[in-house]
Amino acid sequence: MRLSDRARTLPESGIRKFFELAEARDDVISLGVGEPDFSAPWAARTAAIDSLERGKTSYTANRGMAALRERIAAHHERYDQSYEPESEILATTGASEAVDLAFRALVDPGDTVAVHEPTYISYGPGIELAGGEQLTVPTRAEDDFALTRESLEAAGAAEADLLVLCYPNNPTGATMTDEQLAEVAAFCRDEDLRVVADEIYAALTYGTDHASIATQPGMRERTVVVNGFSKAYAMTGLRLGYALGPAEAIDAMNRIHQYTMLSAPTTPQYAAIEALDRCDEEVTEMVEEYNRRRRLVVSRFNEMGLDTFEPGGAFYAFPECGGDDEAFAEALLEDQGVAVVPGSVFGAGGEGHLRVSYATSMRELKEATDRIAAFVEGR
Amino acid sequence: MDAEREVLDVLARNAREDIDDIAAQTGLDADAVAAAIDALEADNVVHGYQAVIDWDRVDEGKIRAVVEINVELDRETGYEQVADRIAKFPAVDALHLVSGDYDFAVEVLGENMQDVSEFISEQVAPMPEVTQTVTHYIMETYKDGGIRFEDGDDDDRLSVSP
Repeated sequence: MRLSDRARTLPESGIRKFFELAEARDDVISLGVGEPDFSAPWAARTAAIDSLERGKTSYTANRGMAALRERIAAHHERYDQSYEPESEILATTGASEAVDLAFRALVDPGDTVAVHEPTYISYGPGIELAGGEQLTVPTRAEDDFALTRESLEAAGAAEADLLVLCYPNNPTGATMTDEQLAEVAAFCRDEDLRVVADEIYAALTYGTDHASIATQPGMRERTVVVNGFSKAYAMTGLRLGYALGPAEAIDAMNRIHQYTMLSAPTTPQYAAIEALDRCDEEVTEMVEEYNRRRRLVVSRFNEMGLDTFEPGGAFYAFPECGGDDEAFAEALLEDQGVAVVPGSVFGAGGEGHLRVSYATSMRELKEATDRIAAFVEGR
Repeated sequence: MDAEREVLDVLARNAREDIDDIAAQTGLDADAVAAAIDALEADNVVHGYQAVIDWDRVDEGKIRAVVEINVELDRETGYEQVADRIAKFPAVDALHLVSGDYDFAVEVLGENMQDVSEFISEQVAPMPEVTQTVTHYIMETYKDGGIRFEDGDDDDRLSVSP
């Protein structure tokens, strides 16, 4: 069948190759997984089951159930974010849909969208599908992969129309403080950039609270915040995310959403209501466990001589392996059966690094880091 | 969180963690971890370290029973004294004073059902303060010590994902 140019030219994700290599073996310990190793809290799962038993299988309102949006609004007060449930919140099929809708609602053909890299791999293709062009803004290891005004200026982001911001960051685990965000916010105001802030890892920060660019002066009206239940509540497969933003942006996103998705899946909306009502303690326990693993992993990498900055969020460490990260990751998989993702997969500035997910059990992390240490020793 | 609490959280999950790994996980230095453990033991916060065992999977394994015990106290004898006497039996694995219809909940570990019932009828029931016992043999254990007893690895996540 003849395919559209758009589909034909869309590149295969660099993750794919490592997925295939890792899947080909059955003795692999994988530190390559971008999702929690926990299951969704049991209370949330039972709410989903209960909703099915009661026959709650119809569509919901396009924007999502009102009870869910009210709870999302209340939940976000912890980040000093304040959004109206009726007009400023849209429930989506995973945060991925929210990102896609934001691009489609905010990007005109030919628009330039600044994206800091290394970062999550879906923004570039999403921008392309919306007709925009990506402008890459490399972040630097010496800044612990925080975005700076200097990097934005150096990359020519003043000419951009939109900025995508992903902190806590996948793949680096980097977070940004209010002070650092203030600098980026000032740049956005000065250069009239709007922002899509993917804050899916907001609940997973260690030692400091999540800071959002949307709370910077003058930024709420030019920012769409994306979040969801996948990472914090270990609900990746239930596919439920949401967008928060000024009414006109959410309204535009909802107009696209009502034709392309109609409504986010119903069952996870029930699970999410329960999660927000009752599962804070479980999230805290997951965060505490991630934190212990994070410290262990970072200290082990630094001990074996792979310099690793202290990641403040998400569940990734980003050790420096030097040189060709792809060759390193392939050889590590081949020799020791440990899967990691080469940093260069995540774009400019990722080369010479590895994304190491610590969303795996402590026992596996110890075994995997022992094997990596043996691999490094043998090189 | 203070150091002792952080160490305790790690030990509660896995009492076999070595000091260096606890240090790495908590961000404390190894000396501080060792000191915290010493203090927790000295203060009787940590009374011991045990494996969580699924006895059903051990040949010639053990049988466990939960025994409800009612007692009658008098001026000279309080719960403490009765508990002290019950706890001295090696077959008593755990002993709790509980609210509700009975006074003590006792977990008894024996070689077999006969062993446990003999222990209750010959050692516990005859105690002057004990007025009634009800023995519940544990037929199957699904979760103990916070650990679910089930088979192996059910991680069905994709091995590499974005």
